[in-house]
Amino acid sequence: MKTIKPEQIEDKVAALCAQANFRLRPDVLSALKAAAAGPVSAGSREALLAIVRNAEIARRKKLAICQDTGLPVVFAEVGLKAVIDGDFKKAVNKGIKKAYVQNMFRPSIQTDPLGRADRPGFYPGILHVELVPNDRIRLTVMPKGFGSENKAGLKMFNPTASSEELEKFILSVVKNAGPDACPPFIVGIGVGGTQDYAALMAKKALLRPVQRRSRKPAISLWEKSLLKKINKLGIGPLGLGGSPTALAVSVETAATHIAGLPLAVNVSCHALRSAEGII
Amino acid sequence: MKMSDIRKFRNLKAGQRFLFTGVFYTARDQAHKRLSELIREGKKLPFSLEEKIIYYCGPNPGGPDRPIGACGPTTSSRMDALTVPLLNLGLTAMVGKGRRSPAVRAAIKKNKAVYFVTYAGCGALLAERVSSCRIVCFPDLGPEAVYELTVEDFPLITSIDSRGGSIYEPTG
Repeated sequence: MKTIKPEQIEDKVAALCAQANFRLRPDVLSALKAAAAGPVSAGSREALLAIVRNAEIARRKKLAICQDTGLPVVFAEVGLKAVIDGDFKKAVNKGIKKAYVQNMFRPSIQTDPLGRADRPGFYPGILHVELVPNDRIRLTVMPKGFGSENKAGLKMFNPTASSEELEKFILSVVKNAGPDACPPFIVGIGVGGTQDYAALMAKKALLRPVQRRSRKPAISLWEKSLLKKINKLGIGPLGLGGSPTALAVSVETAATHIAGLPLAVNVSCHALRSAEGII
Repeated sequence: MKMSDIRKFRNLKAGQRFLFTGVFYTARDQAHKRLSELIREGKKLPFSLEEKIIYYCGPNPGGPDRPIGACGPTTSSRMDALTVPLLNLGLTAMVGKGRRSPAVRAAIKKNKAVYFVTYAGCGALLAERVSSCRIVCFPDLGPEAVYELTVEDFPLITSIDSRGGSIYEPTG
């Protein structure tokens, strides 16, 4: 058994919030650079290079990559052999607040979703906890911007739905995101499970390095084929037309019921931010 | 282009890119809601919209060494339903990201206004183009308050021009 103090959790979450907002993920940055070096139009290249330059300025000058410092989504894998000496959820939220205050990130969280009466604040974030058989806590912080979160889609298909039907829906979600959601996108897709679980998988799919395809051969092929189709939409970097419209498509699947086929799409803007650490 | 060129905005064509030096007023969802309520009630607005540029932005705060933090554009279409009355009061230009509704496009044409987009998701790069930031009204809204930004060489792309020409297909 290992004892973990709430302060350790708080500090780790704070460090990860700062890292995620200041340093664009290396996999995303290299995908953007590769796209800029590829066969794209001059306009697309200019847009891609502006995005790369933005990431460099953010890192060097400790400015947030995007003014929408997001709603922090925290994925925690908590070891059953770790003893947390305090309130875990409180420690996570204290860590978020600490990072956002210290680094002058924008308070974007409205605690009164319908009345909108409160002054926007720094927390709470969204916390997903999974129990694992070790003595560590693995924390992943994803500050999710809402320009792209607003464009997410979910549909409960019939189990007999054809792949054409699924693709038509996925493409319609990306088309609807269009120039509004800061392309080039990274598209996360969750297939199976329940309504809520499909949505969670779609979001978690965005944590996978963008160059890495699914380990399941059929899914890996589908990811590549979907990416090709999405890139034919011609939305282009910053929505100014051309290519690429998306840098990657990541699909996660799970067992589901014989009567249904939930499918969720979570679109990420080019500023896909996350950071991971272990206590 | 400079602030004194604002009357020439109507000559711009969709797709034209240039650097702008002048003044923006930030306003996003909640500020638009308040402005439209004031207009509906026939009350005086806290600032005149005539020959002004509204920037759809909720900036990160500045600090001792800089006037503002990351300050890129937010999605313009969320303001669509609250935009036409502002254009009818003389608002000359809007800066944001993404598409606009057919109603906004028609009102832009009618009022000889213009809609620009800028580098979306590039809040750090754009922060370097802002030389001052001061609050104008609605301080209780925090990042959604109206701020006056002085910008230098701020990149703009003409997205809907005063004749209704657009770089995007309209939504809806």
